[in-house]
Amino acid sequence: MSASNRIDAALGKLKADGTRAFIPYIAAGDPSLSVTEELVLAFDAAGADVVELGIPFSDPIADGPSIQRATERALAAGVTVDGIFRMVERIRRSSDIPIAFMTYYNPIFYFGVAEFCATCKQIGIDGLIVPDLTPEDADELIPAAREHDLAAIFMVAPTSTDDRMKMIAELSTGFIYGVSLTGVTGARDTISIDLTPMLDKLRGYTNKPVCVGFGVGNAQQARDVAARCAGVIVGSAIVNTIEANLKTPEKIVPATKAFVEELVAAVRSV
Amino acid sequence: MLQPDERGRFGQFGGRFIPETLMPAIIELEEAHRHYQQDPDFQAELDYYLREYVGRPSRLYYARRLTEELGGAKIYLKREDLNHTGAHKINNAIGQTLLAQKMGKKRVIAETGAGQHGVATATACAMFGLECEVFMGEKDVARQALNVFKMELLGAKVTPVTSGTKTLKDATNEAFRAWVTHVRSTHYVIGSVVGAHPFPMIVRDFQAVIGREARAQILEMEGRLPDVLLACVGGGSNATGLFAPFYNDKDVHMIGVEAAGEGLDTKYHASPLTSGTVGVFHGARCYLLQEQDGQITEAHSISAGLDYPGVGPELSYYKDIGRAEFVGITDKEAIEGCKMLSRAEGIIPALESSHALAHLPKMMERYGRDKIIIVNLSGRGDKDSTIIAQALGVNL
Repeated sequence: MSASNRIDAALGKLKADGTRAFIPYIAAGDPSLSVTEELVLAFDAAGADVVELGIPFSDPIADGPSIQRATERALAAGVTVDGIFRMVERIRRSSDIPIAFMTYYNPIFYFGVAEFCATCKQIGIDGLIVPDLTPEDADELIPAAREHDLAAIFMVAPTSTDDRMKMIAELSTGFIYGVSLTGVTGARDTISIDLTPMLDKLRGYTNKPVCVGFGVGNAQQARDVAARCAGVIVGSAIVNTIEANLKTPEKIVPATKAFVEELVAAVRSV
Repeated sequence: MLQPDERGRFGQFGGRFIPETLMPAIIELEEAHRHYQQDPDFQAELDYYLREYVGRPSRLYYARRLTEELGGAKIYLKREDLNHTGAHKINNAIGQTLLAQKMGKKRVIAETGAGQHGVATATACAMFGLECEVFMGEKDVARQALNVFKMELLGAKVTPVTSGTKTLKDATNEAFRAWVTHVRSTHYVIGSVVGAHPFPMIVRDFQAVIGREARAQILEMEGRLPDVLLACVGGGSNATGLFAPFYNDKDVHMIGVEAAGEGLDTKYHASPLTSGTVGVFHGARCYLLQEQDGQITEAHSISAGLDYPGVGPELSYYKDIGRAEFVGITDKEAIEGCKMLSRAEGIIPALESSHALAHLPKMMERYGRDKIIIVNLSGRGDKDSTIIAQALGVNL
């Protein structure tokens, strides 16, 4: 744990307070980078603890239809990695909210793993979540992330074996991303029964915070999940709120902020 | 044959760039595959189906008239076009479906572009009595109505994919997503030597029957090894199947022919090895077509089976170490290759295989009458009749 990393600092403080974290996800550039910038600042104001910011990739194999569509909208609007970096720099002028990039491995690989991590640190990014990367193939990413004090956040799934859970718990920094269900991202009506045994096992292996995502779609579910772990990640349901307001762009930020406020309140009520 | 290292890499290529949810299944799959590769009963059963059902061994045919017409090296054709379902794809579909059955999986999924691998997988599933779902881009569903009908006739469910480019690339994404969701009960029969380890190795192992047979056949017929192996490369399964068993025969040259589409100097081609760069796609590090920020681009070829922006890690490695040479053949040249074989030998080749054939005339200066070339005739051309007619300006 690093004192200077914003994710570690924020989650450490929440733990000390006995409070759970709320982590919203949005795809950068959906529907434009200026809206994304406003949304991140709005999430900060709404009390979100960490923001997961997606760098859109053409082939998001771990994502369900909501985030696929968000990704397609962002790419169609012409979002670039460089544009996202410059937006983060602008956000950092007025906000210290911890930000983790979520992106597939190829955009990082294409940029150059070491250069990508160096640039992330420089612009004020705090962690990386790469859904198609497990520790076995992260031999380039882990050292580069460590060197630049970025959290390398790995996922544990309901299908993970005990040995893999131990290995991932050991190597993941910032937090451990608990995947709540056997499937892709996307809001579900009910939370998977897969979740409890996984969290019980993880608790036996590590003291690191476990934040759970995939499938959490509303305040009730967020509260239920928050009761069982360190934090809750919501992506598709937030992205759906953006999508529902595309025809009335002025409503995107207030509507999405209001939804995040509701989710923050639900998580804090645990 | 060359074996990947313990992380599933051929040099820098390959690996397992997939969600954690799939990792336990993929490790289990590798263990099962390695076990059954050594299991004489499994191999005997596989041999039985390849012989009695697929019709193997496929012939190694001396193309006398084509050889005379081109006036250079002796040309042999490895007749994968004579297999049941008309292409090499069935070798892998039978192998993987048998493996799935042994692993206790009741359900199989597959991706398909034009439908050849989908039809092969639906065929194998019908024969073994497994449930089958095939993911196919919405554009391809519309373009390949006949193959959709065949798959359904064989009892498979065809699911149109509406995301992204609505073609093979996104059908593969959707198959991965379906596998993530149903990984405990389902086996994913990937159609080429691509994807996360162990898929490139598994598909290679099941396609290597092509090269093993060809090697024994040419030794029998000519008393020596060939000078060159020639095959088209999309994902790379027919090329790898032919090449891999000759890997240690250092004097045997290998040429892989990619689809140059409308030309390598245009955006409309499918040539990651000759014109692409290294990246990570569909679970493996390999050569691929990508643009700014590593976004994967759509591939273009007149041949649907070559229309894929990535390529297998083993062939990517062959390129880097110089074990094989890779060239491009345009849509127009491929049509000429198709006409050439049809008229010289009475064999209408698939447009995929036509790419390899079209390279032959360019080789004759380098390979004279004392040389031997084996071409993998990976599939037959019936499926392409409409497209070939269109290209020749004939309205059917």
